[in-house]
Amino acid sequence: MPSEIVQVSGHIIDSLILPKVLDEIMDLNGTFEILDIAIGKRKTDTSNARLRIEAASQTHLDQILKRLARLGAAPLCAKDVRLVRATKEGVFPPAFYSTTNLPTEIRFRGRWRRVRGIEMDCGIAVNPSTGAAACTPVASIRKGDWVVCGSEGVKVTPLERARTAEVFQFMGSAVSSEKPKAQLIQRLAGEMRAIRRAGKKILVVAGPAVVHTGSGPYLERLIKGGFVQVLFAGNGLATHDIESALYGTSLGVRLDRGVAAKDGHDHHMRAINTIRHLGGIRHAVRRGVLKRGIMHACVTRRVPFVLAGSIRDDGPLPDVITDTLRAQEAMRRHVEGLGMALMIASTLHAIATGNILPATVKAVCVDINPSVVTKLSDRGTFQGIGVVSDTESFLRELCLALHL
Amino acid sequence: MCRPTYYTIAYEINPWMSLKRQADHARALVQWNQLYRLLTRQLRVRVQILPPHPGVPDLVFTANAGLVSGRTVIRSNFRHPERQQEEPIIERYFKRAGFRVVRLSSRYDFEGEGDALWLGETLLFGFRFRSDEPAHEELARILKARVLPVELADRRFYHLDTCFCPLGASSALWFPSAFDRYGRKVIENLVADPISVSEADAKRFACNAIAVPASATSMGGTGGRAVVMQAGSSTRLRRQLARRGFRLYPVDLSEFLKAGGSAKCLVLRLS
Repeated sequence: MPSEIVQVSGHIIDSLILPKVLDEIMDLNGTFEILDIAIGKRKTDTSNARLRIEAASQTHLDQILKRLARLGAAPLCAKDVRLVRATKEGVFPPAFYSTTNLPTEIRFRGRWRRVRGIEMDCGIAVNPSTGAAACTPVASIRKGDWVVCGSEGVKVTPLERARTAEVFQFMGSAVSSEKPKAQLIQRLAGEMRAIRRAGKKILVVAGPAVVHTGSGPYLERLIKGGFVQVLFAGNGLATHDIESALYGTSLGVRLDRGVAAKDGHDHHMRAINTIRHLGGIRHAVRRGVLKRGIMHACVTRRVPFVLAGSIRDDGPLPDVITDTLRAQEAMRRHVEGLGMALMIASTLHAIATGNILPATVKAVCVDINPSVVTKLSDRGTFQGIGVVSDTESFLRELCLALHL
Repeated sequence: MCRPTYYTIAYEINPWMSLKRQADHARALVQWNQLYRLLTRQLRVRVQILPPHPGVPDLVFTANAGLVSGRTVIRSNFRHPERQQEEPIIERYFKRAGFRVVRLSSRYDFEGEGDALWLGETLLFGFRFRSDEPAHEELARILKARVLPVELADRRFYHLDTCFCPLGASSALWFPSAFDRYGRKVIENLVADPISVSEADAKRFACNAIAVPASATSMGGTGGRAVVMQAGSSTRLRRQLARRGFRLYPVDLSEFLKAGGSAKCLVLRLS
């Protein structure tokens, strides 16, 4: 709902200006929240109050603001954003506004406009002819783009605290390994069902430990059960998943017996070579070479995946995007419509994903190492909950809770 | 006060003004002189004269020039361009007279004593038609006093001094319908003994009266407080004032009523 923060100040208590302002808002079917109020202690002291006013539509809000302006209640931010032209490819003007991952609006030509594709640590590029504002990473800025500078005319809306107890509030506290997992996973499952019912997407970011710990089949079940709409991973997860599908091992360790296979150390290289020979994961599935596993489930269930490469990759698989900027772009294309991001046993990809997620997407970070979970929240992905748990037991419990 | 040498109806900026209903210049001059003589001779009020100026007919309504407090004058920011031309003339006059001239932020309109009247220690401030509500905060800061803004609700009573007239610290004349319910409540809380006037009296600008405190006059034996008001007020109002010990001095200012002003509009309190 469109909202605006206004300030009323002066002798607003004795003159009944404040009650009048509040009555006017209600008479015009708006709602308000008193953000803060300071009342003068002596008769000659002035008072002031800040109110957030909400209305069903922008025209409706404008109508309320127009009426309130007469009563001296002025919008706190009545100025437009300052736009400066980028003078170089991939470089913001020096005073650029650096974004947060919270819903953001800018005031341009007297109107508030929502910034599309909000994510943290980017700039805001504005098309002056249409007024459309888009969150843009520094590398994507083109020479001559108009970029928002300074924080004037920029409005960031903090996330509303949930009124009812829910899982993301329930586990909202600091990361701890000493929390009851079974109950948490039950509520998480409920949340996932709700997100799917609402028609939103669930993203899974997974590290190779998912395969190493033998929890690949559970993730496969999640994909087949329709609880994964996008998968982000690296070369590692895909390689070991394919290795396990082709040879039954992960990094040479037999997943069924937990012992090292003879000459198992080269299985993953053979797996990579096979896929490279076939021209990609999709081709391998189509040719019947790849018959099971996470990647197989993604291809057959038409779940898009983005494999982003890194410097220590073997191979890599032909599907891996080795240009990091291109990989970021590919990931960004899937952010729209996300309701939840489930990040399992991955440090690098989880943080990369956390960076591009708006705060409105609920993030769940599962890792056996508490520092990874903490790291993600410290980097500003504060909308998330952390679960310190072994990947295999987490996914097993989750599948159970989802009746998969 | 300012002599109505150039007074005329040259534009229409309130419901009372009509270019078709011109003021009779000679009569206006006679009426103004009557008021001047009444104040200076009968009531022994000291009056300073602001020299009239061609092209600014409403300069005669000095109440709107500003608000005086001690040796400081808070100059008006007129709403209408027609009257904005008075601003430099007023400013020059006060500077020459040795006053400190304070200007409010130009973003907000403020029409001086027309919209700001003292009631004891509190300044009542009327807003909407001529003055802007946010100006009250600046006034409070400059005057270090409580300033209570009240919204005016009737276009005919476009200035606070057309519908409210303090008579000392505890009494006031007022026309309640000129305020909204919040304003009415504020005035009822503020004024211990409000005297409400009828619509007929209000339309005769009974509230646009000059209250002359006993100390300002040197009349002996009259019992003190004098109220100068447009002639023709109802018997009821006259009786109400008499009962409270006010002495009424009716004066005919009908030519000025054509421009939406009466006794109070023609004077600005300097001390």
